[in-house]
Amino acid sequence: MNKEKIKITGIDLYYGDFQALKNINMILPQNKITAFIGPSGCGKTTLLKSLNRMNDLISDCRISGEILLDGQNIYENIDVNLLRKRVGMVFQKPNLFPMSIYDNVAYGPRTHGIRSKVMLDEIVEKSLVRAVIWDEVKDRIKKSALSLSGGQQQRICIARALAVEPEVLLMDEPTSALDPVSTSKIEELVLELKNDYTIIIVTHNMQQAVRVSDKTAFFLLGEIVEYRDTESIFSMPEDKRTEDYITGRFG
Amino acid sequence: MMRSRFDTQLEQLNTELIRMGTLIESSIYSAVKALINQDKEQARKAILADQEVDQKEKDIESLCLKLLLQQQPVAGDLRLISAAMKMITDMERIGDQAADISEIAIYLADDPYVKKLETIPQMAQETINMVSDSIDAFVRRDLDLAESVIAADDIVDDLFVTVKNDLITLIHENADTGSQAMDLLMIAKYFERIGDHATNIAEWVKFSITGKHKEVML
Repeated sequence: MNKEKIKITGIDLYYGDFQALKNINMILPQNKITAFIGPSGCGKTTLLKSLNRMNDLISDCRISGEILLDGQNIYENIDVNLLRKRVGMVFQKPNLFPMSIYDNVAYGPRTHGIRSKVMLDEIVEKSLVRAVIWDEVKDRIKKSALSLSGGQQQRICIARALAVEPEVLLMDEPTSALDPVSTSKIEELVLELKNDYTIIIVTHNMQQAVRVSDKTAFFLLGEIVEYRDTESIFSMPEDKRTEDYITGRFG
Repeated sequence: MMRSRFDTQLEQLNTELIRMGTLIESSIYSAVKALINQDKEQARKAILADQEVDQKEKDIESLCLKLLLQQQPVAGDLRLISAAMKMITDMERIGDQAADISEIAIYLADDPYVKKLETIPQMAQETINMVSDSIDAFVRRDLDLAESVIAADDIVDDLFVTVKNDLITLIHENADTGSQAMDLLMIAKYFERIGDHATNIAEWVKFSITGKHKEVML
């Protein structure tokens, strides 16, 4: 019923001699939110970054296996810039450029060749509205983005990611540096965005995974221990290691 | 090690549930003793003991709420705490019903019984076992024991039918026994309800172990 947006088959990933991912197989459904949980260093972010080839930037990183985006292998004959346009990313800490709010959001579209001011204005406003930050910044979009609060900056980051009209949004602990009010705004936003995007979120906050995600994958030592509906995982985990982790017995 | 405080609190929850279980078992025991011996004093004590049961329910309830707030439990922990919160409602009702039986016992204490009480004490013993086993099953995570409590409810139901039929016969034979027979029927009905509440407790014990309540995944 749910369309497969991303299909991961037999992914092994090494940083030098260290195997960070071991035979990962999973299907990420379209218009769903999938949460990656697990202790630090278990491969969640590594897999996340594999989905838009951010790992290409690491010199001794080797990857084998197959990742299909809408059936197309993203490691073969693909324009990486175009891939990253389709698969956007939001990081743990807001990482805006030291420029105006407007220029931050317009950065991606400009890179992809849009020059018309009318079009850019439209894209910037639309993206800021989608990221539920427009009302807070509309009177100062020419001001420096770094003058905003952390929570506002993170929503600008999301707006910046949305500006290039991606299909998939990767979020690496997007609220770990935010206060509870900003966190809840981002969570509401994520739930809203899933109507149009496929979202994968790495989180260390179990309650957040329960609140926002449809499916949850539990990672341990580079492997996926359990990957099921979020409600099932958090009410009746099948694997003892999952139960021990989510109930705080280790990790 | 990592969650020793939480584990201590869960241990405390177990202990409190055992205490509340012991209180209601002894309420049922006192009620039936008072009834058999026509002992008004014991009946009054059993009625007073219900306040302790009510207090225990409140204590356990606030412990559970504190655990939900502080620990934000998931998986087995969440099932355990939510099951405990449901169980204490049935336990409190059992306490009420033991007190109700004691009230009738006081009322019946002045006149000799028209017939020796046989089946009602049996009902009392069965329900005491059911309550005690259901709490044991919770603390020991014993699915089979919980199942056996649920099965035992049929025995109590059958005993109720026996009491009812005996009393009908009695009234047929001598219409003057009607008033006492009605009171004894009420008592039998209270014991039958206690059996139902113990069954409910056992159902929540099963949920805490399997995640399923009456075969439905919650």
